[in-house]
Amino acid sequence: MSAPHAHTRDHAGGHDGAPPPDGGHGHGSRRGYVMGFLLSAVLTAIPFWLVMSGAIASVQATAIIVVALAFVQIIVHTYFFLHLNPKAEGGWTMLAFIFTVIIIAIVIAGSLWIMFHLNSNMMPMDGMGM
Amino acid sequence: MTTLSPTAEDGAPPVFYQTEADEHDHSAGGTTLGFWIYLMSDALIFATLFATYGVLSTSYAGGPAPSQIFDLKLVALNTAMLLISSITCGMAMIAMEQGQVRSTQLWLAITGLFGAAFIGIELYEFTELIHEGATPMRSGFLSGFFTLVGTHGLHVFSGLIWICVMLVQLGQRGLVMENRRRLMCLSMFWHLLDVVWIGVFTFVYLLGVLR
Amino acid sequence: MFNETVLKTIFGRLSFESFPIHEPILLVTFAGVVVLGLAIVGAITKYKLWGYLWTEWFTSVDHKKIGIMYIILGIIMLLRGFADAVMMRTQQALSFGANEGYLNAHHYDQIFTAHGTIMIFFVAIPLVVGLINYVMPLQIGARDVAFPFLNNFSFWLTVAGALLVMVSLFVGEFSRAGWLNYVPVSNLQNSPDTGPDYYLWALQIAGIGTTLSGINMVVTIIKMRAPGMTMMKLPVFCWTALCSNVLVIAIFPILTAAFTMLMLDRYLGFNFFTNDLGGNPMMYWNLVWIWGHPEVYVLILPIFGVYSEITSTFTGKRLFGYSSMVYATVVITILSFLVWLHHFFTMGSGASVNSFFGIATMVISIPTGAKIFNWLFTMYRGQIRFELPMQWVVAFLLTFVVGGMTGVMLAIPPADFVLHNSLFLVAHFHNVIIGGVVFGLFAGIDYWFPKAFGFKLDPFWGRIHFWGWVIGYWVAWTPMYVAGLMGVTRRLRHLDDATLQPLFVIAAIGVAIIAVGIAAFIIQIVVSIINRDKLRVGDDPWNGRTLEWATSSPPPAYNFAFTPVVHDLDAWHDMKERGSKVPDSGFLPIHMPRNTGTGVILSGLAAVLGFAMVWYIWWLAGLSFVAMIGYGIFHTFNYNRDYHIPAEDVAETERKHALAGA
Repeated sequence: MSAPHAHTRDHAGGHDGAPPPDGGHGHGSRRGYVMGFLLSAVLTAIPFWLVMSGAIASVQATAIIVVALAFVQIIVHTYFFLHLNPKAEGGWTMLAFIFTVIIIAIVIAGSLWIMFHLNSNMMPMDGMGM
Repeated sequence: MTTLSPTAEDGAPPVFYQTEADEHDHSAGGTTLGFWIYLMSDALIFATLFATYGVLSTSYAGGPAPSQIFDLKLVALNTAMLLISSITCGMAMIAMEQGQVRSTQLWLAITGLFGAAFIGIELYEFTELIHEGATPMRSGFLSGFFTLVGTHGLHVFSGLIWICVMLVQLGQRGLVMENRRRLMCLSMFWHLLDVVWIGVFTFVYLLGVLR
Repeated sequence: MFNETVLKTIFGRLSFESFPIHEPILLVTFAGVVVLGLAIVGAITKYKLWGYLWTEWFTSVDHKKIGIMYIILGIIMLLRGFADAVMMRTQQALSFGANEGYLNAHHYDQIFTAHGTIMIFFVAIPLVVGLINYVMPLQIGARDVAFPFLNNFSFWLTVAGALLVMVSLFVGEFSRAGWLNYVPVSNLQNSPDTGPDYYLWALQIAGIGTTLSGINMVVTIIKMRAPGMTMMKLPVFCWTALCSNVLVIAIFPILTAAFTMLMLDRYLGFNFFTNDLGGNPMMYWNLVWIWGHPEVYVLILPIFGVYSEITSTFTGKRLFGYSSMVYATVVITILSFLVWLHHFFTMGSGASVNSFFGIATMVISIPTGAKIFNWLFTMYRGQIRFELPMQWVVAFLLTFVVGGMTGVMLAIPPADFVLHNSLFLVAHFHNVIIGGVVFGLFAGIDYWFPKAFGFKLDPFWGRIHFWGWVIGYWVAWTPMYVAGLMGVTRRLRHLDDATLQPLFVIAAIGVAIIAVGIAAFIIQIVVSIINRDKLRVGDDPWNGRTLEWATSSPPPAYNFAFTPVVHDLDAWHDMKERGSKVPDSGFLPIHMPRNTGTGVILSGLAAVLGFAMVWYIWWLAGLSFVAMIGYGIFHTFNYNRDYHIPAEDVAETERKHALAGA
């Protein structure tokens, strides 16, 4: 947390060379946006196609691919559209993002883990509809 | 700003007070970071809704299951709307960078139209579901589904209102510093909704139909 | 006779029966509040203070004034929360065997719910946020926080929430479902009354305020530190404030989402936390405790910072192990997200889940223990001045360690199956919250009061305040530990086993002693204001070490005429050592944010919205919601939000201060 770039210049609002007013949060170029768009269009089309056509027989394999592509696409969006990179805002946006990802992982994985164990130990609460 | 560097060791007496004018005052630097942090907290609201949906995702209570009610063609169309709106939003930002007010407004308006189309399709989907009896009150699964997707929709709707306000403010004042800052925030907001939607169409719709 | 439907449309479910005229206790309280309220309003009107209050305080975006307002709110709500505590303790001391006490079950349940809710959300949070608000920008050498308007808005949202809780006392009723509004008690079928709705709306509104304030504080610390102040030269209080507010940003959205889902259950018949149609009540517990456990660190971390600052100042030494303190704080921040299940070991998630969370809970006590040693080693061989703030630190160390150790006991899942929901647990968390947070808040108030007002708090009444709390705490809660070990569960209105009565009588005596402490606190403030000329001190009364003491006490609106440049961790100590002098000329105009009434207006509308939703007055709810959005948008059309204090005015203020000090 004691990043060396957090001193004087930080106070003045952003890293070197960044134009005001946004303190150096990147804007991206037309090329960047088009690249991001094409990538995410492909990354959206593949999972939809996989699920709608049933191209892969194994449901589990399909699910794993779909989820993996979603994570890739999330990274594509944060990089090309949200312009998240380690340099913007002295690294603080990146740090905030990583922290949030960790908390999201804890909240979702933890809840599912706890409630799954609860359901299997206690009475089958969702057996009715299955 | 070299006078500020805290090097007391080089013989010169240390500087304890900054006596020059500080061009960058506080309000300028913090907005992007502050808004980013707000977006992170918003992402956590969605994380909570995802977690709850995950826990309740098989609690059909004898009601319909995902594969019976989800229409993937409609979802694909909706996803396309949102994806296209994200690149038009990017074009608005580039126009802003180049200082073209008209062009910024135009791209922003197009973004808004695609956003409105997204909302329209989502509302259509919801009314269809409710007509079929798949109401949010029907089961824990449907409560989770409607709340997660609906919260995302509400965010898009707020984005639409914001776009309208922004269009007026751009018309009134052009690309002044405040408006540029607001546009930056608006674009971050809009793109975050894309990211959330990736989670929605993957975990709710696609995996739901697979199950 | 009016038409029923017309009345329903206009007033929702609000009717004459909604006013608790059959409860004598509430009637007397109401009369008291009305008399006191009228007296205050009358006095303000008579001395023509409304304009002053509005322009100088309510609409102020100055972090110092907002901080003081937060603390005043916290103290007022402390009195309300404490009144609830007194009622519970007297009820429990009386209500044995044939004696039913004086509170019926319906009322008693509301009291323990209100007590917990108020003490955490409207006492502890406002007091902690208030201290951070006042002190942190001064400590980092900033002129204000990053978003001054947002700060004002956050404060008024908290007030709006507090207001709704207070209104529930006299219009309708408050929740009976415990301080976290547990389902299934708070489900619509079990609580069709207004109680849980008041709870939900009050906390949603206040919670949004707290989240916004968290964002504001984090950005302030990251972006607005004085030149030279690297993260590892940041005062410990600011570090702990940073971690605390990071936690706020991470957890309050979770609470907001959980409450929203409960609202959807109650208002629209969704099935998130219901017992049928696939709902899962335990998911609510899971979510509120993902919020709830980090929340205790939100409160205690900044208070650890307060203790650190005070220990260092009053021993005249640099804090022992600054970097270990920082790392311990960061580690606690992360670990606090991995322990939440220990609040419901007994739910039945099984051995593997319970062991994970049990071990994580024990691990988190390690960095906390490290901090205790840091304070002890700071004191070791220091020249300790036992002024009031330092006394609180010593009392904290002795009290908090016991609470920490009972906490580790509760972290052992098999032991928790015995102690869960017992008075032992209640004694544990009062031990850490009173012995940790409350003592620290008083320490902080005693320590920084001269900073804010230029005179010290009266030490005589301060000592009575101190001993009242410390002795009262131990007398009140030791018997509760004993009763809990003997198996008494919490939230009981009546006990059959009369042999337990002495324990509860002793506890009631303890509360009476705490009451003496609280009274002494109020008297201390009043006496100090009356004797302020005798108690007046210089800018740096405690020989402080951090930047807040580098400006005048009280500080000018702009905090620092010249932004200080930092070379050392204890920046002000370093400046004094090396004989720094504030320049007495060359003042520059200072850029400042303008006051605005938007925060008050929006929060007022939020309170109306909450009230209307509680009572199903849909037209009013819709109207206030639209008004809120509309006014919010209208506010964004105001681009003229700041002004410059002319250099001459700065020079004049600084000259006056220099003369007064000479």
